[in-house]
Amino acid sequence: MARPSGEFNAAPMADIAFLLLIFFLVATTFDVDTGIMRKLPPIPDEQQQRQQQDKQIKERNVFEVLINSNDQLLVEGEPMDISNLRENAKEFIANPRNKEDLPEMKVKEVPFFGQTETTKGIISLQNDRGTSYEMYIKVQNELTAAYNELHDDLAMQKFGKHYKKLNEERKDAIDEIYPMIISEAEPKNVGGN
Amino acid sequence: MAKFRKEGKKEIPQISTASLPDIIFMLIFFFMVSTTIRETQLMVENKVPGATEVKKLERKDLVSYIYIGKPKRQFQDLYGTEPRIQLNDSFAKVDDIRDYIATERKQLDESERPKMTTSLKVDEDTKMGVVTDVKLALRKASALKINYSAREVKQVY
Repeated sequence: MARPSGEFNAAPMADIAFLLLIFFLVATTFDVDTGIMRKLPPIPDEQQQRQQQDKQIKERNVFEVLINSNDQLLVEGEPMDISNLRENAKEFIANPRNKEDLPEMKVKEVPFFGQTETTKGIISLQNDRGTSYEMYIKVQNELTAAYNELHDDLAMQKFGKHYKKLNEERKDAIDEIYPMIISEAEPKNVGGN
Repeated sequence: MAKFRKEGKKEIPQISTASLPDIIFMLIFFFMVSTTIRETQLMVENKVPGATEVKKLERKDLVSYIYIGKPKRQFQDLYGTEPRIQLNDSFAKVDDIRDYIATERKQLDESERPKMTTSLKVDEDTKMGVVTDVKLALRKASALKINYSAREVKQVY
């Protein structure tokens, strides 16, 4: 018998490869997970709880944001549209004109900056159990944006670079001047459910 | 001198399909590299809200997921339409989060345990009530690094 010639039929090979391709298309996802990073406060033990009660934060240092069960905002006692939240938060944190009712500044030694004023402002966020998650994320997003913009402005001013492109030490220095503190109070349950 | 031969009949040769598998294999490799295997089957509606200030989650192996949302159509007879929590491949209660976090934590290397992140994949139509309960449970389980999963969009309002 003569040996079969060297060429073999490669047509089914494509079918096998297609099958594999379809398997991978179905079984995998493209999604890169993105989101807003937050750190939850640890549950305080009794001793810390007592300490916390003693430590009162001055009213001018707190930026109060409330969201009700109808997704309406109340910022520092005034109803506000979400589109104005970012600007207001920025003005509160930075307090550029040293207003009396905006947060105090504390002069502190910060690397790269020397003696600088750092803000003592805290954002307090409280929502209702009936608030929609969409609204909650929008508010969190605006507050993060306010901090990010301030960080970026300062980075541009001092280092001439975007905040994202700085190294860790410089980022930490900027974080120290505008520390991002968003404190979340226990939600109310007015709207029911 | 070159000779040019002219053939009387011209036949159209059959296209060789031998290179087709190579092309397909290339596609396969592309998909294998750029995608990740779907580890859980989603049993709840999960359209995460949009945000502009999102960050990428870098180390996927350090992330455990909690899905919250309305059960999908085929599960609604059994589980109703109220938002529910899904851990791994099953519906769960808030109390189960503690055990879930404990098992997830055990799977990690000791040095990397503090870096563990919990990604909350919450449907945008959910009310904050459930989310708050989950957050409290996470605090109790001392899984404090969380990530509110969100899509990146250009504008939110």
